[in-house]
Amino acid sequence: MKTIQELEEIRKKTLDTINIRKDRSGTRIVVGMATCGIAAGARPVLLTIMDEIKKHDLSDVVVAQTGCIGMCRLEPIVEVYKPGEEKVTYVKVNPSKAIRIVNEHIMKGKVVEGYTIGAESK
Amino acid sequence: MKDLSLHILDLSQNSISAGAGLVEISIEEDTKEDRLTICINDNGKGMDKDFLEKVMDPFVTTRTSRRVGLGIPLMLAACSRCEGELVIESEKNVGTRLKAVFKHSHIDRAPMGNMAETMLSLILAGSDVNRNVDFVYRHIIDGRVFCLDTREIRTALGNDINLGEPEVLMWIKDYINEGLKNIRGGV
Ligand SMILES: Nc1ncnc2c1ncn2[C@@H]1O[C@H](COP(=O)(O)OP(=O)(O)OP(=O)(O)O)[C@@H](O)[C@H]1O
Ligand SMILES: [Mg+2]
Repeated sequence: MKTIQELEEIRKKTLDTINIRKDRSGTRIVVGMATCGIAAGARPVLLTIMDEIKKHDLSDVVVAQTGCIGMCRLEPIVEVYKPGEEKVTYVKVNPSKAIRIVNEHIMKGKVVEGYTIGAESK
Repeated sequence: MKDLSLHILDLSQNSISAGAGLVEISIEEDTKEDRLTICINDNGKGMDKDFLEKVMDPFVTTRTSRRVGLGIPLMLAACSRCEGELVIESEKNVGTRLKAVFKHSHIDRAPMGNMAETMLSLILAGSDVNRNVDFVYRHIIDGRVFCLDTREIRTALGNDINLGEPEVLMWIKDYINEGLKNIRGGV
């Protein structure tokens, strides 16, 4: 049975990592969550990214959501902002692609070229 | 939209975009009356009457014209397909109340879908850097009630922990799934 009291445990356990996340100098992953994104499957993509971040303890990574950016047929769209680097836009993302993006791009700094908007338009 | 939880996610995103500080989502499944009712109430910036009429009209919406939006017309279509209705009341600077009614047993009624995932996505959206949106999610099945109120969670966690923290989200997910299982009669 889940109880509100358990949150006290979580509170103690997470206080340290939170301070790291607070300075917001790390990577930002943005998922498009307008109607077009949601209909195309953005929700599982967003939650998969959350899961991966938790799994690998990536405390300097922040996940955010945005509205329609005008490329509905390419949704779900995921944008990655790494400090000091150019934005990378991934298109038609699904959960398994999302796992690769986190593991290769976020963790190892290697852009998954095949999933980017550049590869799509070729 | 494949299921109702995705519609709820989409329409509640409207509430967040409208600057709401509190979004109340209630789902009532009444199998005796054969009715399923979804309400989404917010205290966001609201809409004036003329605009609201425009937004409800599916005929002025096309997929390419992103000026009008798709979210509300899609929900209206989902309701109309199963002998239901969509009612939206809104008042400028006060808030918006949306009510979607479906015939529960209708063959074309979309399934409920995953409400835990919807709430997690919303809480994450509502706990972005510069804002703090609270949610009340109440789900009633034939009189059995489940309720999640993020204000209570916030109180338990204290001010320095964001609801969007992965640990917190995982707890909320389990809490919702367990609660829904209970009101569904343990299945
Ligand atoms: N809860 C709300 N409070 C205030 N304004 C709202 C609310 N819901 C909808 N609106 C207004 O109605 C418009 C249409 O909403 P709708 O969800 O149909 O499309 P949209 O959000 O613009 O785009 P999308 O197709 O991505 O959903 C919104 O752009 C917004 O201006
Ligand atoms: Mg919308």
